[in-house]
Amino acid sequence: MRHFTRTLAVLALTASPILTSPVLTGPAWAEEVAPADVVFDEYGAVAKSLTGVPGDPAKGAEVMASKKIGNCVACHAVAQLSDTPFHGEVGPELSWTGEARSEAELRGILVNSKKTFEGTVMPAYYKTTGFIRPGEGFTKKPAQEPLPPLLSAQQIEDTIAFLMTLKDQ
Amino acid sequence: GALAIAATPLFADEEADLVLNGETEMVVRTAAPDHLSDTLDEIYSGWVFRNDDTQVMQADDFDNPGMIFVDQAMEAWAAADGSEGKSCASCHDGPESMAGVRASYPKWNADAGEVRTLWMQINDCRENQMGAEPWKITGGDMAAMEALISVQSRGMPVNVAIDGPAAETWEKGKEIYYTRYGQLELSCANCHEENYGNYIRADHLSQGQINGFPTYRLKNAKLNSVQARFEGCIRDTRAEPFKPGSDEFIALELYVASRGNGLSVEGPSVRN
Ligand code: HEC
Ligand code: HEC
Ligand code: HEC
Repeated sequence: MRHFTRTLAVLALTASPILTSPVLTGPAWAEEVAPADVVFDEYGAVAKSLTGVPGDPAKGAEVMASKKIGNCVACHAVAQLSDTPFHGEVGPELSWTGEARSEAELRGILVNSKKTFEGTVMPAYYKTTGFIRPGEGFTKKPAQEPLPPLLSAQQIEDTIAFLMTLKDQ
Repeated sequence: GALAIAATPLFADEEADLVLNGETEMVVRTAAPDHLSDTLDEIYSGWVFRNDDTQVMQADDFDNPGMIFVDQAMEAWAAADGSEGKSCASCHDGPESMAGVRASYPKWNADAGEVRTLWMQINDCRENQMGAEPWKITGGDMAAMEALISVQSRGMPVNVAIDGPAAETWEKGKEIYYTRYGQLELSCANCHEENYGNYIRADHLSQGQINGFPTYRLKNAKLNSVQARFEGCIRDTRAEPFKPGSDEFIALELYVASRGNGLSVEGPSVRN
C-alpha cells in the first residue's frame, strides 16, 4: 500500500505543470532538490546543496535587503547591509553568522526554520504546502497549494553564501 | 546633523503620557486584564508606539485630523434618512446620549441573541428603525459615525464583557488570534504579543489594541475601521483574510477589544 502511494506521488510530480514553481526562472538543474524532498537532520540542518551550484554572495545580499525578494532585514539587523535603511528587531542580529553557523545549519534555517527553532516566527522560505488560508501574494485572494516557495533553490544557496561572509570586522 | 534630524521622526517616546486637550488624562498603559495574565503583565495603547509628532497630534482636538469626520457625523446624526423619515436624533436626542456605549462594545444583545459590534448596532438602527440602507462596514459614513459615538466615551475605560452568552464567541475570537495564517505562518500574537515594541522594518509594532478606533491614518488620510485593519494584517501574512462583517471577524473584534479592557477609549486616534 505504502509503495503504491509513493508511485502515485512520483507520477503526479512529473505530470503536473503546476508544480513547476514560477520563481524558478533559470535553467532547471538536474540536481535541484524539490521542496518536498529536502532531507533534514535531527537538529533541522540540511547538508545537501539544493542545486549543486555554488551560491553567489552578491545576489544573496540582494535577497536579504530587497523588500521584493527575501526582505530578511524586515526582522534582522545586518551591519554589512547598512546601506539599506530600517532593519528590524524581531530576529537576532546576523552580523556574525558566518562565524557562528555552518552552511548546513543555515540551509535548514532558510528552508524551514521551524525544524531548527520550534514555533519560531521566522517564515519557511522553501515550503509549498501545509498553510492555513494561503493567499495569492498580498491580493487577499485564495491560492491553491502547492504555492511557489518564497525563495528559489538558487536564491537560498546565494543567501547562504552571503551569510557565510558575515564575520566580525 | 542631517542624519539625526532624518532619524527623529522614527523616535517614539514609550514613556509619554497622553492628556487630551490639556485636561483629560488618558490611560495608555495599565495592568493587563485577568484573562491575559498568562501572557502579558501590562497592556499599552497603540498611541505609545507612535512617533512624537503623531502623539502630539492626537493630544489636541484642533490638531487631530480625525475630528473633521466627527463634525461630518454630527450632520448625519441629525439628518433624516430612509422610509421612516427619522434621524438618529429622533430617537437618541444628542450624541451625548451615547456616553459609555463605545466602552462596552462589542456586547451581547439578548433580543437578537448575538454579539453585536458598534457597526452592527448602527446598521440595525438604520435598517430596522429608520428603513434606510445599511452603511458599508468599512466605509467612510460608518467610520465617521463610530468616531462620533466614540468621542462621547473618550477617557472611559474599555470594559467589554467576555462571560455569559458572549463567552462562546470570545473563545472563537481567541482561537483566531493565535492561528498562524498564510504562507508566512504568522498569527496576531506573533506580531502583537511576542514582538510589540520591536521594529519590523520601518514599522514599530504595537500590541494591536483597538481602543483607539476608528483611527485616522496619516498614510491614507482617512478614518480606518477595525475590520479593515484586521483584513490588512491578515493579508500581509500572504493569506486569504476573512471578510469584514464575517462571523470570524466579529468574534475577533470582541476578543481583541477585551484585550484592551482598562485602556481609555481614544477614538478617533491618530496613527501613521
Ligand atoms: C518575521 C521575522 C523574520 C524574518 C522575515 C526572517 N527571520 Fe530569520 N529569524 C527570526 C527569528 C525570530 C529568529 C530566531 C529564532 C528563534 O529563536 O525563533 C531567526 C533566526 C535566524 C537565523 C539564525 C540566527 C542564529 O544564528 O541563531 C538566521 C541565519 C536567519 N534567521 C536568517 C534569515 C534570513 C536569511 C531571512 C530572509 C530570507 C530571515 N531570517 C527572515 C525572524 C525572522
Ligand atoms: C426609531 C428609533 C431609532 C432610530 C431612528 C435610531 N435608533 Fe439607535 N436605537 C434605538 C433603540 C430602540 C435602541 C435600543 C436597541 C436595543 O437595545 O436592542 C437603539 C440602540 C442604539 C445603540 C446602542 C446603545 C447602547 O446603549 O447599547 C446605538 C449605538 C445606536 N442605537 C445608534 C444609532 C444611530 C447612529 C442612529 C442613526 C444612524 C440610530 N441609532 C437611529 C432606536 C433608534
Ligand atoms: C506580520 C506582522 C503582523 C501580524 C501577523 C498582524 N499584524 Fe496587526 N499590525 C502590524 C503592524 C506593522 C501594524 C502597524 C503598527 C502597529 O500599530 O502595531 C499593525 C497594526 C495593527 C492594529 C492597529 C493598532 C493601532 O493602535 O492603531 C491592530 C488593531 C492590529 N494590527 C490587529 C491585528 C490582528 C487582530 C492581527 C491578527 C488577525 C494582526 N494585527 C496581525 C503587523 C502585524
